[in-house]
Amino acid sequence: MRVGVLALQGGVSEHLEILRGLGVTTVEVRRPADLEGLDAIVLPGGESTVFDKLARAFGLAGPLKAGIEAGLPTLATCAGLIYLARRVLDAAPGQQTLEVLDVTVARNAFGSQLDSFETRLQVEGVAEPAPATFIRAPVVTEIGPDAHGVCRLDDGRTVGVQQGAITGYAFHPEESGDPRLHIAWLNSW
Amino acid sequence: MASENAQNAPRVGTTRVKRGLADMLKGGVIMDVVTADQARIAEEAGAVAVMALERVPADIRAQGGVARMSDPDLIDAIIDAVSIPVMAKARIGHFAEAQVLAALKVDYIDESEVLSPADYSNHIDKWAFEVPFVCGATNLGEALRRITEGAAMIRSKGEAGTGDISEAVKHLRTIRSQLNNLASMDPDQLYLAAKELQAPYDLVSEVARTGKLPVVLFVAGGVATPADAALVMQMGAEGVFVGSGIFKSGDPARRAAAIVRATAAYDDPATVAEVSRGLGEAMVGINVADLPAPHRLAERGW
Repeated sequence: MRVGVLALQGGVSEHLEILRGLGVTTVEVRRPADLEGLDAIVLPGGESTVFDKLARAFGLAGPLKAGIEAGLPTLATCAGLIYLARRVLDAAPGQQTLEVLDVTVARNAFGSQLDSFETRLQVEGVAEPAPATFIRAPVVTEIGPDAHGVCRLDDGRTVGVQQGAITGYAFHPEESGDPRLHIAWLNSW
Repeated sequence: MASENAQNAPRVGTTRVKRGLADMLKGGVIMDVVTADQARIAEEAGAVAVMALERVPADIRAQGGVARMSDPDLIDAIIDAVSIPVMAKARIGHFAEAQVLAALKVDYIDESEVLSPADYSNHIDKWAFEVPFVCGATNLGEALRRITEGAAMIRSKGEAGTGDISEAVKHLRTIRSQLNNLASMDPDQLYLAAKELQAPYDLVSEVARTGKLPVVLFVAGGVATPADAALVMQMGAEGVFVGSGIFKSGDPARRAAAIVRATAAYDDPATVAEVSRGLGEAMVGINVADLPAPHRLAERGW
């Protein structure tokens, strides 16, 4: 199996390490040609405004959107989730997203870095609570009919969603090195 | 119910949370800004974070005097102007400035040799803070001492405010070759290595085993062109700080966007060439070799 990791910027190596540990062949995706022959793709954490600018500058945004809309299984964490979302609250001026996941997300929903935190969360389809690191993280404020929530904080806010073969988390499962959420995603399609 | 599982309770300011933000900045460009307008230009150009300071290093160098933490009003204005992380500089050893920056809710503090040091013996005890710190280093021992004090990110120092990349290259090469050297040692050599690096044995041993720092390593000091960024990225930097190089150049918005693209496409000379066209004048710069030793900022920090 060949899984790409969008490698324009951000926490790319953490996802690569987990995927390689699962015996998956990985590809760093920076150019449209890198999408060829992929079985799935991961959109990592990072800065969603930077993903947008670089993906457009390098001609990657269109082919990536087309691939995901055509069914390419996708795992997105934090900024990756924002980059997939159809609607973004508090977007930077001119910020665009791929608009392939039928949710609304609010950026920096918890405040500054001082409000970043780690915890363990129950995720649908995963037996025990999994480590979850929230870094200047977004939350999902609205879920459209095509998607459904798979993970919530104690206060009820949604921080994980699924829509067919697309799974998005507001947090970073990859920061802990625990592979269970990656395994659950790989088994979901 | 509330106490059913204490390990699920959210924890702020942990090592993972501090180092994690630096992980998310990898492959990006952090830009020095002195006004909210500059911060907006940086965000629009694709900066992954901005560094708020009162004067860019080139001006600190030209104007002289004591360089300190920025005015809180300025930091507030910059935080309000952008949605990306905001960093700010505190003087080496000046933990009260760091406390002020934490109270202002900056996302990262740079304990920086670019400002005038407040303590010529001690750096800030960074474990005492929930906000993460980045610190400069010229060699592996210095990097490991900063990590021991709690730094969650390291940047090679270079020579700030010069536009001369040679010191950044020297520091990055030094750190990388010392890492490689450590990784090739037998376990019984690591005790002497720790003594020579003036760093704790446990940390030296960990680095020898993994072959890399336990935190992200960026490059700073002297980056002025897209090719400068591509150079240090190919040498193993995980991202770039640009200080005076952007807002001391002829066309800051365009140069900033070009450096962002070159940092991401560092191994693609065609892209670096393309973004290098028509950028106008680069900052004039100063050759580090022409700087008298007392004016070399990289020598601050111990």
